[in-house]
Amino acid sequence: MTAVDLSKPGTLATTSSASQLARRQKFWGFVFLSPWVIGFLFFTLIPIVTSLVISFTDFNLNKPDEINFVGLENYLKLFKDPILGISLQDTLRFGLISLPMSILLPLGLALLLNSKYLIAQRLFRTLFYMPYVVPTVSAVAIWRGMLSTDTGWINRLIALFGGRGPDWVNSVQWIYPALYIIGLWGIGNVMLIMLASLQGVPTELYEAARVDGARPLDEIRFITLPMISPVIFYNLVLSVIGLFQYFDIPYMLSAGRGDPANTTMFFNIHLYKTAFTYKDMAYGSTLAWVLFLMAFVITVFLFRTGRHWVFYAGGEQGQ
Amino acid sequence: MTAYGAFDSKTFRSFRLKTLITLLATFLLVTFLMPFSYMVVTSLKDKQQIIEGAQGSVLPLDTVTFNYQGKDYNVYNVPTSAGTRQLALIRKGQTESRFVDPAHPAADPVVWQGSWRTLEPVTVLNPRLTNFPEAWQRVQFPLLFFNTLMIAVFGMIGTLLSSICVAYAFTRFPIPGKNLIFMILIGTIILPRQVTLIPTFAFFTRIGWTGTWLPLIVPHFFSNAYNVFLLRQYFLTLPRELDEAAMIDGASPFRILRSVIIPQSYPVIIAVGLFHFVYAWNNYFEPLIYLIGKPNLVPLSVGIQIFNYQFGSEPQLIQATALLGMSLPVIIFFFAQRFFMQGIVVTGVEK
Repeated sequence: MTAVDLSKPGTLATTSSASQLARRQKFWGFVFLSPWVIGFLFFTLIPIVTSLVISFTDFNLNKPDEINFVGLENYLKLFKDPILGISLQDTLRFGLISLPMSILLPLGLALLLNSKYLIAQRLFRTLFYMPYVVPTVSAVAIWRGMLSTDTGWINRLIALFGGRGPDWVNSVQWIYPALYIIGLWGIGNVMLIMLASLQGVPTELYEAARVDGARPLDEIRFITLPMISPVIFYNLVLSVIGLFQYFDIPYMLSAGRGDPANTTMFFNIHLYKTAFTYKDMAYGSTLAWVLFLMAFVITVFLFRTGRHWVFYAGGEQGQ
Repeated sequence: MTAYGAFDSKTFRSFRLKTLITLLATFLLVTFLMPFSYMVVTSLKDKQQIIEGAQGSVLPLDTVTFNYQGKDYNVYNVPTSAGTRQLALIRKGQTESRFVDPAHPAADPVVWQGSWRTLEPVTVLNPRLTNFPEAWQRVQFPLLFFNTLMIAVFGMIGTLLSSICVAYAFTRFPIPGKNLIFMILIGTIILPRQVTLIPTFAFFTRIGWTGTWLPLIVPHFFSNAYNVFLLRQYFLTLPRELDEAAMIDGASPFRILRSVIIPQSYPVIIAVGLFHFVYAWNNYFEPLIYLIGKPNLVPLSVGIQIFNYQFGSEPQLIQATALLGMSLPVIIFFFAQRFFMQGIVVTGVEK
């Protein structure tokens, strides 16, 4: 036995007891790892496989003891389900604006808060983050009041300038803007992550660029954005997954009815209603797997395109 | 030595930029936080004030009335030759109105020329603090608060115990395939939870756990990718010499974890605990599906939402309840913001 690993304990002992110790260490490693392994098996791996199996049955919680295999019936149902089309359309239409917003607004705010000319940066950081810890139920109640047609402050502000504000949450045209506005209170988390990564960009890069005559906007484009692109990428992936999981805010606003006129019947609300209102676990599982596959394809696509625009300063590959 | 003027203009430029940037940030922040003022102000109004508020003030103002010969009359600011007087309007007229002076009701009524509609009513600030006890009682705040606290605290204990052990395994033990296992762990972060939801729900229903807190607590005893990642990053920075010394002294791995690793890791342990606490406090979806039909067991998120559906016509109670519901997480955040900020930075930037 030659290569004794000095980083591991027990190198002072003889080689035979060293290997015994290594075995014991391995055993303890598994003991400490076991909560995750058990949890992963029972709450992730087995459920994923089971939900695939369920999607080929007619499992309904109204008759939990009568389960039959029905082949592809649930998958054929996908094409006949009018709400699915609506929910996908709503989700995509909403995401078209909400996804860029979920990156650009925290980024813009982080750039502002990172400015060396800002006084009391810490205070601003804390207060911009704070609404993130406000429970969604409170945030929705507050914003619903802010956006109410006659007494809400937003419409009163518009009236102050002589305008007439819309009936935000009950209007087909204004419900998405209302949801974007409510979503603003969640930007604190990503803002903070971006701020920290902005602070991690080496200052020498900026100094070198300034010597070469770069203007502030060039600095952002050619130094800041490439240097923080891994963080942008990571948050973009999470935002896409989050878009398909979008539930709490629209559900609280319309009690899951999708009001107004099915504009808030987002994918996850449709899934929830299928599985928990109509108790159709089989078709719910089918929807879940459709979601899983869509999310998977989009994530793979993002990783593919990410190769062209995500820049890893350390040269490492992948996340 | 540079010229005096050049130095001056540079300081001036920097001063101007500082003012400009700080003002911009302040303006954005005030706009961003304005809804909280709306919440506080509305929670102090009564229903009548809210309805009137659509035209008038944002503050909880009452119009002042004066009881004259058994009837209530509104008091107005009336411009007279002797300055503005506060008088009760007893007879309205297009061109001429009669007022009585509340200070001297026995005196002759004052006759005033002009349209009474142009007059400003006299108002007085009258915050309805009683909205809070009313909301507290109607939403059954103590019950919901207790439920939320139990779910949050037990889940927090679970995620701390398990995540600390798992992070310890990843940082201090030779596990075959450790890197692959770690990749899978991190991969679960971007797994959409719906794909595991239905079988898990069916399983909990089968063993009779739906309608109890157990599905909201027990899964947290099996660790969580974010928390393991955060703890692992911290444990990696701890020097190994101390645990090696303890091991040579014959301490068991559990003993080393308890006496060497954990005492050095309080900041990150607090951060993980707080993240879970806030998560559990805000969690809506899981209590919604697991505690359906159990109004005595639901946490604040679900309980307040049910209340809001029922009391849609009482905005002042809804805003008072919103304030009650957010108070604890926000207070904790302000006291422990240092731990929050550091924790978020680690999970977000280092992955």
